[in-house]
Amino acid sequence: MEQPLMPGQKGYSIFMEKAVIAEKLTFAYPAQDERKVSVPVFSDLNLEVEQGSFVAVLGRNGCGKSTLAKQFNAILLPSGGSVRVYGMDTSNEDLLLEVRRRVGMVFQNPDNQIVSNVVEEDVAFAPENLGVPPEEIRTRVDEALKTVGMYDKRESAPHLLSGGQKQRIAIAGVIAMEPSCIVLDEPTAMLDPQGRTDVLETVRRLNRERGVTVILITHHMREAALADRVIVMEKGAIRADGKPEDVFSQVEMMHEAGLSVPDTTELLYELRKLGYDLPLTALSSEACAEVLYEFLCGAGKERAEV
Amino acid sequence: MLKDITLGQFFPGDTLLHRLDPRTKLILVVVYIAALFIAKSYISYAVMVAFLILSISLSNVKIGTLLKSIKPLAIIIIITALLNIFYTPGRTIVKFWIFNITWEGLRSAAFMAARIIMLIMGTFLLTYTTSPIALTDGIEILLNPLKKIKVPVHELAMMMAIALRFIPTLIEETDKIMSAQKARGADFETGNIFARAKALVPILVPLFISSFRRADELAVAMECRCYHGGEGRTRLKQLHYQKRDYFAIAFGCLVLAAVIVLRVFGL
Repeated sequence: MEQPLMPGQKGYSIFMEKAVIAEKLTFAYPAQDERKVSVPVFSDLNLEVEQGSFVAVLGRNGCGKSTLAKQFNAILLPSGGSVRVYGMDTSNEDLLLEVRRRVGMVFQNPDNQIVSNVVEEDVAFAPENLGVPPEEIRTRVDEALKTVGMYDKRESAPHLLSGGQKQRIAIAGVIAMEPSCIVLDEPTAMLDPQGRTDVLETVRRLNRERGVTVILITHHMREAALADRVIVMEKGAIRADGKPEDVFSQVEMMHEAGLSVPDTTELLYELRKLGYDLPLTALSSEACAEVLYEFLCGAGKERAEV
Repeated sequence: MLKDITLGQFFPGDTLLHRLDPRTKLILVVVYIAALFIAKSYISYAVMVAFLILSISLSNVKIGTLLKSIKPLAIIIIITALLNIFYTPGRTIVKFWIFNITWEGLRSAAFMAARIIMLIMGTFLLTYTTSPIALTDGIEILLNPLKKIKVPVHELAMMMAIALRFIPTLIEETDKIMSAQKARGADFETGNIFARAKALVPILVPLFISSFRRADELAVAMECRCYHGGEGRTRLKQLHYQKRDYFAIAFGCLVLAAVIVLRVFGL
């Protein structure tokens, strides 16, 4: 197995600090038969993701979010331009396994990504494929299951677990490959609120404590608000890209892209429309409450002075 | 209701039979079946019965459970026995109309029934004491030499493991589809056998479509986790033969040898 190069090592280049670099990425789904035309998804899309960052990708259905995600670990290959992950070109077939090992992927439906009917054997699936020695698989599996908080369920059958638990098993199955980046394609769409919280908590911990790059594709504005960076996609192009508070404060743009904004931003936005001077950057409930409190205090003072 | 269906039922436990390597158990079952077909005399049958009873007593499987497993095949056993009674030539005991019951017929019918019953009990004892995963692993490793003649052993074992994994998922899905169709007025309980079979179509079509979709998603998920066939694959759980496995195989071979010797000497 090829070892990732460290800074200072021979052959190391600055590109390796970027988790993903998409340059002039063009992609079209090939035509199903001769009468139909191919479906273009992106043209000339440029994107860079820093190692260790937490990026949320938003966009309405059919805007190309999932297709973009599948470009990052060579499930789909660009029809024009290039995608490089950690300096490796995804269209280089010799690097395929290494690309997939470094960029793990978790999908929407936990049932359809669990391979084995024993939890620990499922988590062991990826390291087994990579030819990791059995003793090391054991340690990796135990560690991955402890990370997602499912160690005590290691011998259960997946169909007896809840959706959130199954999704955490799927995440453990990816962690066991020791990836540098995890792409999650709407991982919480089929989960109940508790399962959703558990999965997001796990993902955040991975990002903070282990420095794993997280690319989270989601429909939920609250989830996107947790990220360091939010990318809004519309019709296969990037509409907005920046810090969550900066992106969400462009309320009109978000609505045009067919998206809502977090409830807190929506509230401040509506108040602004009524003529109150409030900042739109308060995203969390606490920050929003704080802003409102200060504003009300200020208003009180003004009235007292008058 | 569909959750009651059990396929390849397994009773977890920690008996000697559970601890044996799945490969050992598979070999023993093959040896046992071979011995059953070689056995012809009372003595050799007695040896086989003793072997079966010994195996059952070494497991936590109840005789009642094993006897119940014969039930679905009772008709086959009865038909086989009847055919043997009526069609074996020899010394006549009773004769009426076209039927001719002979002494030899009764004997061979009894033997045939005993053979089938013991065959079923032996194989069920294997699935009752071996988890499906262990069984698939065992089969894969035992059949490994066949890879040389291009038999896709790993792929077959993988398919079997995935099928086992998805049985509960698909049963759950069938239940859901049935409820959904019932909610729209579908009727699965009345009418003759043809009407009922026809009523199953609205269940099978969505079930098939969703299975294909699942298969597609699973394939992508497997690729994402670096699956690229059996080549260079390692395993979390390695199978190792223990002393007890060698003893068990030696004992099985001894029984087979005994049965062969008994047959050669015509006892």
